[in-house]
Parts: sequence; structure tokens; C-alpha cells
Amino acid sequence: MTTTEEPTTLVTQDMIDAKGVWGSETTSYPVGASDIRKWAIATYWPEKPPQIFWDEEYAKGTKWGTIIAPRDFNPFTWPVDRPKRASAGPVPGQKPKKGENILNGGQQDTFFAPIRPGDVITSRTRLSHWNEREGRHGLTIFTFTETEWHNQDGELVKRRISTGVRY
Amino acid sequence: MAVNVYFEDVEVGQEVPPVVRETDFMNWNRYAAVNDEFVYLHMDDAVAKAAGQGEAFGMGNLRWAYVMNALQDWIGDEAEVRDLSMQFRAINQKHDTLTTQAVVTEKKVEEGENRVYLDVNVVNQDGLQGAPGKAIVVLPNRS
Repeated sequence: MTTTEEPTTLVTQDMIDAKGVWGSETTSYPVGASDIRKWAIATYWPEKPPQIFWDEEYAKGTKWGTIIAPRDFNPFTWPVDRPKRASAGPVPGQKPKKGENILNGGQQDTFFAPIRPGDVITSRTRLSHWNEREGRHGLTIFTFTETEWHNQDGELVKRRISTGVRY
Repeated sequence: MAVNVYFEDVEVGQEVPPVVRETDFMNWNRYAAVNDEFVYLHMDDAVAKAAGQGEAFGMGNLRWAYVMNALQDWIGDEAEVRDLSMQFRAINQKHDTLTTQAVVTEKKVEEGENRVYLDVNVVNQDGLQGAPGKAIVVLPNRS
């Protein structure tokens, strides 16, 4: 007879090693006006998005002088190289093991320079801290990750503290 | 809508006009496409059920976008959302009707900026407030 013991912690050695250490930087492709327009259409769907996100002539008359991206825009989508994600969550046909279920717990963003067409954004991330507790799904770990984005001129674009939930 | 609201005109207790969305795969798939976010939990009912969540559900970050859009639509193109924080507590189920909430709690001049503080949330058709948080917007002076 075999028994499956529940782990007593979801903290891994990789997490301990990574705590507080900035990872390698990731650099976006140049942001396209089309990327911004599509983002705005998707997030405003089914309503028409504001002109500042797609109408260059309109944008010229604003203090920005050009189209800007919605503040929640993500310039790091659709890379050609697709590194395997360690946290993509459960997949069909497999019962997830303890600790393989993931949820987005939320985030705090502080916004600075807006993103404009042509911008190249560089991101760096580090694991800040975590805490574990018993929740609705048993042992659950909340991890807090800090991310900074800068543009090609070195201006800070965004600072984020994100909360990951794993159970 | 370059500037919609001025610092002098904002009052504590004021409510921001809501964004209301009935959500299903038409919203989620579009968001998955632009955010390159192809996660089975948002696409496959069986996978979500196996994970204890009933059926495929919406992305937390799309609710984030709805709150961001409500704030930006209220303040106008030339005013700025400086800070937004939200916790994604309840799940956004298929066919939920989501309504954003944002209420002014404080206004003050800070670090040279006219800052307006708000409590934010996203409520579903049953009145469940599933994404509590806070925001700061920066507004221009009327004069």
C-alpha cells in the first residue's frame, strides 16, 4: 500500500536562492501603434476605445503629442523565443499535484512615464518575500514579486508588486 | 476628453462612473490574444474544474483593465493614474456582469501633485465585491 503525503511547505530551494536577487533583464520589441490599438480594443470590448490610444492626429493635440498606451499595456507579449514557463498552471488530463495550482492574487502598480509607439521597455524582476497559510484549498503560498520597467531613455515606466497564489 | 475633471471639483465620497461588462469567452479570448495569455484555466472547463474552480474563469488582469479604464475615462487623457492596487479574491465566472466601483476617499497635494485617493472594486451581478483595491489619480488645477 502506498500513501501520498502532503508536503509541509511549498517553499522550494529555488525560491530561497532567488529571494531578493534581481534576475536578468528582459527587453521588449519596439512597441507598435498597432499593438497599442489592439490592446485598447480588447480591454474596452465591446465599446470603442478612446482616441488617445489609436488616433495619431487627435493625440497630437494633447499634452502627450503622440499616441500613448493604456497604463495596463504589456509590451512583453509574443516573443519569438518561448522559454518554458514553470508556472503555466494545470493542463488537461492531469490531476494537478499539490502546489501546481496557481492563481493571480493581484498587484500594486505605480505608474510613471507613459509607453509610446517605438518605445523599447526593459524589465527586471526579483522575488521579494512570501508567506504560507492554510486556506480553502489547504496549504497555500502567497509569493510577492517586484518588477521594474524602464524605457530606452532610462525613465522609470512602472513599478509592480505582484501576488502569486499557489496551492 | 483631454481633461474631464479638475482637482478643485472633486469631493470625498464622489463616485466614478462605472464600467459594466458581461463577460465570457468573447472578452477573455480577445484579452488572451493581446496579452499572450493562453492558460488552460481560462480556456478549458475540465481543467478549471480539476483545479477546484468549477469552470473556466476570467483573467484577473482583465478586471484590472476595467478599473483602469473607468478611472482613465473619468479623469481624461491628460490626467494620470499614478497608482493602482487590487486583490483578485473572487473568481470571474462565465456570464458574470461585472461593474467597477471607485469612490473618492481623500484628496491632497503631495510631492507637488494634486492626488486623489480612491477605494476601488469590481462587483458582480450578485453584489459580490471580488477585487478590492486602492487607486491614486493626479489631476490638474482648473486655473
